[in-house]
Amino acid sequence: MSGTFIGMPAFPRAARAAVHDATLRGNLRHATHTIRGKRAQAVAELADWQQLRDAGKQIKDHTLRHLDRYLEQLERSVTAAGGTVHWAADAEEANRIVAGLVKATGESEVVKVKSMATQETGLNEALAAEGIHAYETDLAELIVQLGDDRPSHILVPAIHRNRAEIRDIFRERMGRWGRAAPQDLTDEPADLAEAARLHLREKFLRAKVGISGANFMVAETGTLVVFESEGNGRMCLTLPETLISVVGIEKTIPTWRDLEVFLQTLPRSSTAERMNPYTSTWTGTTDGDGPRSFHLVLLDNGRTDALADDVGRQALRCIRCSACLNVCPVYERAGGHAYGSVYPGPIGAILTPQLRGTTSEIDASLPYASSLCGACYEVCPVAIDIPEVLVHLREKVASQGGHLWEKAAMKAAALAMDHPAAMAAGERIASRTRALHPKRPPGAGAWTDSRDLPDLPAEPFRDWWKKNRT
Amino acid sequence: MSSRDRILARVRAAVDGAPAAPAPTRSYLNSHTPGDPAAVLDLLHHNLADYRARVHRTAAACLAPLVAQLLAARNARSVLVPAGLPDTWLADTHRVRVVEDTEGATAAQLDAVDSVITGCALAIAETGTIVLDAGTAQGRRRITLVPDHHICVVRVPDQVVASVPQAMGRLDPGRPLTWISGPSATSDIELDRVEGVHGPRTLDVVLLSP
Repeated sequence: MSGTFIGMPAFPRAARAAVHDATLRGNLRHATHTIRGKRAQAVAELADWQQLRDAGKQIKDHTLRHLDRYLEQLERSVTAAGGTVHWAADAEEANRIVAGLVKATGESEVVKVKSMATQETGLNEALAAEGIHAYETDLAELIVQLGDDRPSHILVPAIHRNRAEIRDIFRERMGRWGRAAPQDLTDEPADLAEAARLHLREKFLRAKVGISGANFMVAETGTLVVFESEGNGRMCLTLPETLISVVGIEKTIPTWRDLEVFLQTLPRSSTAERMNPYTSTWTGTTDGDGPRSFHLVLLDNGRTDALADDVGRQALRCIRCSACLNVCPVYERAGGHAYGSVYPGPIGAILTPQLRGTTSEIDASLPYASSLCGACYEVCPVAIDIPEVLVHLREKVASQGGHLWEKAAMKAAALAMDHPAAMAAGERIASRTRALHPKRPPGAGAWTDSRDLPDLPAEPFRDWWKKNRT
Repeated sequence: MSSRDRILARVRAAVDGAPAAPAPTRSYLNSHTPGDPAAVLDLLHHNLADYRARVHRTAAACLAPLVAQLLAARNARSVLVPAGLPDTWLADTHRVRVVEDTEGATAAQLDAVDSVITGCALAIAETGTIVLDAGTAQGRRRITLVPDHHICVVRVPDQVVASVPQAMGRLDPGRPLTWISGPSATSDIELDRVEGVHGPRTLDVVLLSP
């Protein structure tokens, strides 16, 4: 994934810093609580929500099981419709393909509609290294890009910023990238949106190359689909002469009709709307309407590793709605940056370690970035059992010798509990040496740094019971 | 080995021996709304308005004056029309320059136009959505995007469906489709909804009865 995250501290350390930021905590709490309440209402409108959820799960499971067949069909359909399909085994290859396609147009600027896949591959940085400037055009992505920041939420990447912070970023930075923000810009959201409209319109009107992701790709017809709200997506998809879409292979669905399920579940789960303001579909190229050339880059980048994991592969069902982030008590306090990846929150905690492996400290810590409360599973519109995958990945991390102290402590506890006399003796010794105990569990590492020990009671429970109840 | 072959081989190896995943059961509803056309129309009206589209109901005889009035209310000096738009729709519109969309029109030229008027492929009541398929009287996707004001005419009842599943069967995926639910909007700043970031800030939907 993106080089942006190299050197990121493991989740517990990053989260500890984040929870001390009162502004961040306030922004996150406001946002997640607002949206989770609205989502519950939007979902309650559909009496067949459970059936839609089942169908979504089944469509995705079926596609994943036969992904080779559907990818080949997709390639044929896109090609027949006038598009060109490229295959990228990893981030580096995807970036190389895209940079080559942009260079072939002779352009040094591209406009982008928000795309998780290109964030994952670090495309903007890779293009910059080739002298190509990529402009993010989603309002939140613009805020993040101008602020030299990283996205902290899948749906609302600038959720960690409040309006005053955004006004300051626009006033200070917009001028360096194009049309400057008015110096008397207020922090009213409508004024901020207007400043973004004027700033970006310059870029849309002259753009020759657009880069997008896609929410779905229909194998049967070769149709790609983008869900959005602002119209920046439509601008990027229809005004440029060349359109390049970088899409993870797991975004494939078999048939046009399958879309009817996700058109109902995705907007309600993500923005809590009956439907997002704009959805665009395109099948190859259309004469006289939209880009004259269309390239689809199919991205693996670890997805086939996740697919090979019997328990973990369900994470590939994800349709990136972000409902799991908004209900997660851990995300709500730690924020998205702590996860050290473009996929934060519960889905990030299971997706990232599968895409990147669990060899780095941050990736090994992610399966532990959860209280296992299960709220994420409840809201997931494709029924990904996130807690199940978290536990599965913890086993994996533990088996590679991950948390040695934790394992040693568990072994000692098992021994003590098997020997009641030893346990009683241990409890009495612990009570009598209270003053000598540290406030934190001893030992190095992320696990112990962020946890306090509970106070020891003055007398062991067994002694208290003997005195008072027998 | 090409990346294509490598990825496909990895996919095959990954699912080798995995249990079969049957085709999906579609036990979800085809519609959430009673089949009464009047109720469906009311629902469409309500849901369009709920997402801040401005909804007008009229009969064929009154369409031209309504369109003229909507353009006048915006002080529109120019209105863009796609090929195939019935002339009668603009019969009462005076002192407004009518600009016919052509393939050669640049984005900057579209940006200079005040309003655009189109028909649609269909409208979905349960979600308050109009769908354009670049067909007759709709034009290219960009013309309903760049100008700041869009008037969209929906023929009632033949272009109205109750639900998303009902819409899918009537749409041709080979055409470029644009689904529009209310005007352009963003909630990216503290989740406060603001209309009109990049697309038209004002969407007038005319529900046109025979």
